[in-house]
Amino acid sequence: MSEVLERPHTSAIRAGIVDCDIHPAMKSNKELHPWLAERWRKHLAAYGAQPRVPFTTGTQYPKAAPATARRDAWPPNGGPPGSDLAFMQAQLLDANDIALGILAPLSGAARNTDLGAAICTAVNEWQIENWVKPEPRLRACITVAHEDPDLAVEEIARRAGDSNFVQVLMPSKTNEPLGRKRYWPIYAAAQAANLPIAIHVNSVGGGYASTPSGWPSYYLQDHHINVHSFQAQAASLALEGVFETFPRLRFVMIEGGFAWLPSLCWRLDKQWARNRDELPRCKRPPSEYLREHMWFTTQPMEEPEHPEHLRDTLNWIGWERVMFATDYPHWDYDDPRGAFPIRLSNAEHTMVFRDNAIGLYGLG
Amino acid sequence: MTALPQGAIDCDLHVTVPNMAALLPYMTEAWREMITSRGTDGLELASYPSGAPVTCRPDWRPVTGKPGTDLALLQHHALDGFGTRHAILTCLHGGQAVHSEDLAKALCGAVNDWLIDQWLDKDQRLRASIVVPAQSPLYAAQEIEKRAVDRRFVQIQLLAANEMLLGRRHYWPIYEQAVKHDLPIGVHAGSAFRHAPTSVGWPSHFTQDYVHQTMAFEAQLLSLMGEGVFNHFPTLRVVLLESGVTWLPAFLWRAIKSWRGLRGETPWFTQSPGDLVRQHVRLTAQPFDSPGAAETERILEHIGGDHMLLFATDFPHWHFDGQDALPPGLPAALIHKMAIDNPLSTYPRLKEIRP
Repeated sequence: MSEVLERPHTSAIRAGIVDCDIHPAMKSNKELHPWLAERWRKHLAAYGAQPRVPFTTGTQYPKAAPATARRDAWPPNGGPPGSDLAFMQAQLLDANDIALGILAPLSGAARNTDLGAAICTAVNEWQIENWVKPEPRLRACITVAHEDPDLAVEEIARRAGDSNFVQVLMPSKTNEPLGRKRYWPIYAAAQAANLPIAIHVNSVGGGYASTPSGWPSYYLQDHHINVHSFQAQAASLALEGVFETFPRLRFVMIEGGFAWLPSLCWRLDKQWARNRDELPRCKRPPSEYLREHMWFTTQPMEEPEHPEHLRDTLNWIGWERVMFATDYPHWDYDDPRGAFPIRLSNAEHTMVFRDNAIGLYGLG
Repeated sequence: MTALPQGAIDCDLHVTVPNMAALLPYMTEAWREMITSRGTDGLELASYPSGAPVTCRPDWRPVTGKPGTDLALLQHHALDGFGTRHAILTCLHGGQAVHSEDLAKALCGAVNDWLIDQWLDKDQRLRASIVVPAQSPLYAAQEIEKRAVDRRFVQIQLLAANEMLLGRRHYWPIYEQAVKHDLPIGVHAGSAFRHAPTSVGWPSHFTQDYVHQTMAFEAQLLSLMGEGVFNHFPTLRVVLLESGVTWLPAFLWRAIKSWRGLRGETPWFTQSPGDLVRQHVRLTAQPFDSPGAAETERILEHIGGDHMLLFATDFPHWHFDGQDALPPGLPAALIHKMAIDNPLSTYPRLKEIRP
């Protein structure tokens, strides 16, 4: 694994904010063709990516808006929201004084992991050529075919020395809980490359019902219940002993909420103490691992009925673990000027809106 | 610890059917023959293995037999131990999880007869939940109709995770009966394992299964509200049993935010989830899942209102040691409401026979 190289045009970021969740989109999947073999282009045209849903296109739960997007985020010269760099620069980066934006392309996991790996490789090239090279404020994620860890490790190795990539990206709904050993090769590669692993919410994963009592009827339910996939992953990672084996591994939970974390930690610690004999690889209270190894992005911002209650939650989680994100161009976008329902001190603001991310990604 | 008032009402205690032989006397000859000839036995819910620490406190564990099978132990540790006026039994049984609707009906019916014979008739302090075959809401409604005449049955018991989410119209015949007989729906932790315990599949450990029960409760609340159950049954009350408590504020914050953004999808959902939950939902306070008094104090303020919590020991499940049945940091006024006032308003049948 090559060591992380200094990005030549990056200097320490001392002003502006960091947006930890921006979604670049394609005008059509033809944008991937330069990096996708003929074989896979034909495959996609014939069979699609076979997501574990009833439909070839469209979603199980009709979303809140077309393309799940802000209604003002459709670029004036055509194409879907998030597909036009110039418009994104004006509407998002310039307007909000964003010094650094982390891209999170939602390429979708294919059931055929050979196809998935080919798409991920192409998406990674596409991020660099179409986004990061022309716009130095943007950084890329290494998308990987996470259900085939061998292929994922190959992709991480291919990108590890390129400082345009700041983390490995995986979805929150996987075929198995992420603490299971089959995923550990990915963690070994990420730790060796000193790259955090970002978990971004996805609505379709291994095909399991999104609740233990079956499928919801409405997007209202499904949208909310997505946070449970993050809870399951956090518990699995801690209890399976992932952080004992990979002590320098870091996770970033993107768009999964954070207010649930304190209660989950209290519950986990209590049951861990009761069931130590079941959990030999988890040597310490699980909350300690989560506190040390996990970061959380803010969007969609938690909004207590009494805003000041949010301060309790942030105190319990730790201000150094929370990073601002807009989720541009999606409908539930958080505006950095109004997202927080409470007034932050200058120190708190700087941590959440910039320095926590700069520190995590080693960009300072 | 602030003392529990005398005459507290314990809203969640467990009794256990020791084996299939105990139920055979309450079955028809045909079912006895079927069950005996096929060797049908076991059916202990995987959510509560007899040997798991959470299933029984070490000093409450019987010398022989399964936890929750000994009346004298329950009387000594739970009823006498906490000076309980009334205690509401929940019997977790595989009858609520078998796939055959007919077997479910036979088993649940037998469990209710067994509850009367072996428990309710033997101690006047005891009350019980009607174990219903939720696999068939038709059969469940019939079972409720049959048991509701016995005023010692004070609620309808469902598992937290079933074939479908509980808001679905499929289950509404159960709510019709609940409203008709003014019986709350008690949703108890536990799964029929029709679906994986999490949306990322099957965790390796029992610990995860148990910790993640909160996901089922959250999903059920969203389903009940989203499908309009409380619009259609405005007097329905739902009690979350052994659900944990501290997850509730974060759940409400997110539910309210999602509802504000997405309520157009469910036009009948006109009241905020915060209002609906506070109006229709109660929670037993063991486990509470707070590490100390300071956190409890903050969480109580986040929850808002002192009418939502119900005292429970969750005997013989293991959440506390000694006599510390109350989470740390509860104010005395709340303790009195949890132990007496809130249970009486949640379970009006408890008012009928006073000691």
